[in-house]
Amino acid sequence: MSEILLEVDELTVHHGQLCAVDGVSFKVDRGEVLTMVGANGAGKSTLLRTVAGLHHQTSGTIRFQGVNVTKLAPQRRARLGIALVPEGRRLFSSLTLEENLQVGAHHAARGPFSIERVYELFDWMPARRRQRAWQFSGGEQQAIAIGRALVANPQVLLLDELSLGLAPIVIERIYALIPDIVAHGVGILLVEQDVTLGVGVADRVHCMLEGKTSLTGTSGELTSAQIERAYFGGEMSATSPPHESPA
Amino acid sequence: MIWLNVVIQGVLVGGFYALFACGLSLMFGVMRVINLAHGDMAVVAAYVAVFLTPHAHIPEVWAFVVVAPLFGVVGYVVQRTLIQKSIDRDPFTTLLVTFGLSVIIENLLLEIYSSNGQIVNVGELIVKSWHPQTIIYISYVSLAVLAAAVAVLGLLQVFLSKSGTGRLIRAVADDHEAAQLSGTNYRHIFGIAAAIAFATVALAGISYGMMTEFAPTSGGINLLFAFETVVIGGIGSLWGTLVGGIALGVAQQFGAHFNPEYQVLAGNILFLVVLAIRPEGLFGKRTALA
Repeated sequence: MSEILLEVDELTVHHGQLCAVDGVSFKVDRGEVLTMVGANGAGKSTLLRTVAGLHHQTSGTIRFQGVNVTKLAPQRRARLGIALVPEGRRLFSSLTLEENLQVGAHHAARGPFSIERVYELFDWMPARRRQRAWQFSGGEQQAIAIGRALVANPQVLLLDELSLGLAPIVIERIYALIPDIVAHGVGILLVEQDVTLGVGVADRVHCMLEGKTSLTGTSGELTSAQIERAYFGGEMSATSPPHESPA
Repeated sequence: MIWLNVVIQGVLVGGFYALFACGLSLMFGVMRVINLAHGDMAVVAAYVAVFLTPHAHIPEVWAFVVVAPLFGVVGYVVQRTLIQKSIDRDPFTTLLVTFGLSVIIENLLLEIYSSNGQIVNVGELIVKSWHPQTIIYISYVSLAVLAAAVAVLGLLQVFLSKSGTGRLIRAVADDHEAAQLSGTNYRHIFGIAAAIAFATVALAGISYGMMTEFAPTSGGINLLFAFETVVIGGIGSLWGTLVGGIALGVAQQFGAHFNPEYQVLAGNILFLVVLAIRPEGLFGKRTALA
């Protein structure tokens, strides 16, 4: 019997007049990876930021471990166990690597992750822990951002565009961590533009198109043709097949 | 020896400028708020020391012991209510709101205490000084204010770099949204930063009242000097604030040595020169301007 950690029901979010997320529902269970795929502007990042509390929803509910968190401030959700690794890393640039992790651990829950544990996951970190965050490369910053989220011992980890702007070898190393994190019972909600990557680590896949759910299923049962249609829109791919592969 | 005296007097008054400016620098560095009522808050602190603490049988010299913590509380409350509400609208609103606060404070003080000059009575200490050489007089009050400035900046430096709360203040200054994602209530941290800023400005205001006469409108010129101190020293650097204050103080004393009318002018010229040659300030980072 799997435990539902995060339950989002009929969530609608507006950016001014624009409806960015339109009646989306999904669940994330303990120890599973749910990947949201969709093109630029499909509303994935907005969805993630709304779950973390940084955007206000127009309607719908967000439940975390059965508790309605829809009206809670971002820091309250973070302390309950929802951690977002935001797009663009958003490290504290004037703080050192270690201080970034210490800020992440300031309101931490009990759990398997600690600053020492993060140093084990990324063995290059201890030697450079006194360097300022802005001095690290993009891939290193992404690792620090993940570490900063993990030391809070979240139940649900929201990962926004992990691969954006990173070299393939770096992306590979970062994605290799996901099974390790999930093994500790953390549920992961992953947003990714790179479909092959995102579906590769997923237990279930949720496709978004122009703010709406276009396809859902387990990663095993969905074919790449189905996902491609859901990614670009059915009619569009029937009349004019996409030139670039989403992968 | 005359020049040595000019430098010494400049350093002494520079310590006061640094004490006055560090709260302004902190509020701007953390909240991006330019508190135009900063100078007036200092004046209020001096009035509280002169008129209110004697009712509690606290001598004016020791008023800072109660006034600084009191102002810390006031700072937290003003930040969480008035200033936070302005930040939530847009940065320009904070300028309007703090300017309005400044006008209200000045007029209330004029209404209640008139425009007569006041001093914080320190007894005989005011006329005592260390006299190491024929023409050099080092006033004990000025020396005490300089020592207080160095102590406050040093404690603040240690607090910000070593303590957990200090770390959160720096994190919130970098990216308050990211700090929220780590479970930090950035509004509370803003409040703490404002509390520190108001407590230091209370110390500065009482120090000012010990050194010279003050009136309800004394805040404006001191706010100008505080701005100049922060810009010369560099935004976001506490030791830069001390150096900036001393540089301003020495420049003013040099000007005054030639003609008392040149005192403020010489400080303004140093300020403009630094702004032209090194806009990030002597100890500031170029990134702080971005």
